[in-house]
Amino acid sequence: MIKSLNNLKQGESGVIKSFKGKGEVRKHLMEMGLVRGSDIKVERVAPLGDPIEVKIKGYSLSLRKEDAKKIEIEII
Amino acid sequence: MDKIRIALAGNPNVGKSTLFNRWTGMRQHVGNWPGKTVEKKEGTFHYNQQEIEVVDLPGNYSLTAYSVEEVVSRDYIVHEKPDVIVNVIDAANIERNLYLTVQMMELGANVVLALNMNKFAFEKGLKINKNQLSQLLGVPVIEIEAVDDTGSEQLLQTIIKVSKSPNIVLGRLEYGNEVSEHVEQIKNIIDQDISGLEAPSSWIALKLMEDDPEIIKKIEETGKGQRVIGEVKKIQRHFNDVFGDDADAAITDARYGFIAGLVSESVKKPKIDKITRSDLIDRIVTHKYLGIPIFLLIMWLTFQITFTVGDPLGGYIEEAFALLGETISANLGEGFLTSFIVDGIIGGVGGVLVFVPIIFILFLILSLLEDSGYLARAAFVMDRFMHKLVGLHGKSFIPMILGFGCAVPGIMATRTLENERDRFLTMLIVPFMSCSARLPVYALLGAAFFSVYQGWVIFSLYILGIVVAIIMAAIFKKTIFKGMSAPFVMELPPYRIPTAKGAIIHMWERGVLFLKKAGTLILALSVVIWALSSLPVGVEYASQESITGQIGTVLSPVFEPLGFGEWQATVAIIYGFVAKEVVVSTFGIIYGVGEDGSGENAEETATGESSGEISNEQASGEASSESVDETASDEEVAPEENPGFIAAIQGVFTPLSAYAYMVFVLLYIPCLATLATIRRETNSWKWPAFAAGYTFAVAYVVSLVVYQGGLLLGF
Repeated sequence: MIKSLNNLKQGESGVIKSFKGKGEVRKHLMEMGLVRGSDIKVERVAPLGDPIEVKIKGYSLSLRKEDAKKIEIEII
Repeated sequence: MDKIRIALAGNPNVGKSTLFNRWTGMRQHVGNWPGKTVEKKEGTFHYNQQEIEVVDLPGNYSLTAYSVEEVVSRDYIVHEKPDVIVNVIDAANIERNLYLTVQMMELGANVVLALNMNKFAFEKGLKINKNQLSQLLGVPVIEIEAVDDTGSEQLLQTIIKVSKSPNIVLGRLEYGNEVSEHVEQIKNIIDQDISGLEAPSSWIALKLMEDDPEIIKKIEETGKGQRVIGEVKKIQRHFNDVFGDDADAAITDARYGFIAGLVSESVKKPKIDKITRSDLIDRIVTHKYLGIPIFLLIMWLTFQITFTVGDPLGGYIEEAFALLGETISANLGEGFLTSFIVDGIIGGVGGVLVFVPIIFILFLILSLLEDSGYLARAAFVMDRFMHKLVGLHGKSFIPMILGFGCAVPGIMATRTLENERDRFLTMLIVPFMSCSARLPVYALLGAAFFSVYQGWVIFSLYILGIVVAIIMAAIFKKTIFKGMSAPFVMELPPYRIPTAKGAIIHMWERGVLFLKKAGTLILALSVVIWALSSLPVGVEYASQESITGQIGTVLSPVFEPLGFGEWQATVAIIYGFVAKEVVVSTFGIIYGVGEDGSGENAEETATGESSGEISNEQASGEASSESVDETASDEEVAPEENPGFIAAIQGVFTPLSAYAYMVFVLLYIPCLATLATIRRETNSWKWPAFAAGYTFAVAYVVSLVVYQGGLLLGF
């Protein structure tokens, strides 16, 4: 099943399938480790509902849902 | 022996600064990178009689052209060619850390890896085979602990060794056939067409394929780049057609692919991720219901400690300077020279030093918050609020909160924002937060005109400041900071116990920088203001005959439409530029409060120390009303409790014009200490000049609307 990252629930995990879009933010996120084939897990959502915290390549990264929307995750 | 030039590089939060401090101690020089707002730290130290010069590069995740910090780092590596680059790596987070490493290797840098935080890696269950890693990468790998001396000897010996026989790192990287082939192809064209490039041509080839704007520009500037760029375009299309993704993404994938290979052969990972201590803390600190109250509590504590501990200390400094001034006056007698020494110099120095306790304490707390890892959580918790409201990063919240105490530490706290545009925008709106120095002005006019409602009146001014800040932020985002993406992509580093040494060095560094850079400017401007108030020779300080008085008289018609066209009000505004609470003491002097017989105390305020008054008040800087009240209660009646003074003020203003005046005082030109701090933090005159100009315009317009609107409504 494929879902975009912003729709993952707390504790849900999967593998990055693709990263849509273009530009600076995408490049930056990819450089932070959000590349195809990486395992990713949603650790928690901020108290106000945004941003989210994910575990990627063994560390914690936070990003906004508007950016997470472009990342497709295959849930295993 | 020639000195060795080394650079420290690494991701943020890997212990780079700890290592730098360990090596250089207090013998470091902090400045700015030429033409940039990015801080540059340098230092020199000796190891076995070998002189080593070390530059601390900004903490980077990558070496793209998207952030100033990254450009600074890569330009340094390309142009300055340091003998050795010590790449500090967080062993517990090795995979992402190596992303920067491979990019430095692409540049052909002579890299030594310093694996730090091995204890955390061990706790996490990671086992790193450093010999294997070293062999695969072709660079030395040394285990260290930056917080103590572990591995220090070995690291330094390795640095000296490789400085004499550099490792050849180009060609060690394996980016897969597809990427490598095309890099080779472009590289060949570059080698044929363009000569005299400082960076390796294989790196330039990669950067061209990644669409790096700076490198494309440089190649175009050579005038011989047409063929290369044409070929790059062709390859980029090819990537899009074949892989359905751009070359840029393919290269990032390839780097991580190479790293994944390295890691799988040299690092053993646990099967299941252990639950870390950081996870447990985060469950509480970023909890759905507890997260925000905890954040507010920590902010409240930061504010309280900074200002309740800092202000009395500032007050002592202020008193000491007042005492010094009095002693000198007593010995030298009244006169022009005495006035220069006491009001100009001593007042000016006092006006600088009064900030020191606040700044030292603030940076001690900020560095504890940052080093412990909490600051990132604070931004995580507050980001949605700040993003929706002002379009800023979650971290902007802290400078704005501090602004309610004093804009100077608020602006200095913008350093915690990584993005330059976020930093500048935050600096421009922090001065609208109503700082404690405005409070005496509100207290005086509030008591004179609004009696029982003064609490509400003052509250409305605080809200007005916030509303104006939000509106201005929205306007700036659509104009001068247009296209500002302000992405919120932030690492949440593991919680760590901050070291006392790190926090103290940080605090010391900031305090000294403030004194050196902003302090000298504040002092110089204070002397200028003194001169304008005392010249021509023989006039009474700050009277209508002085230059300031004359300027005020000439300018006063400008403020007529706002309801306060009297020269006194204008002169007070000019002095408010020194520090906003000086507005009150200026009225005190101008109205010669004592004359209508309100008592001895007032007499003293008005005439006895007429010349000393402004500089004493100025010396309290932006310190809170507390210190002002304190001195007031000692020997004088607080201005808002002085019936004669109140009566004089009531003769000048109506309630409406008094409110318009308070609005103006709230919004107009930040005090000179704030402007000097903006100058220091942005490393340019453009921003303080802009801040002064636009806040004046905003103040004028808003006061005009308040006054004229109020008249229309019949107030």
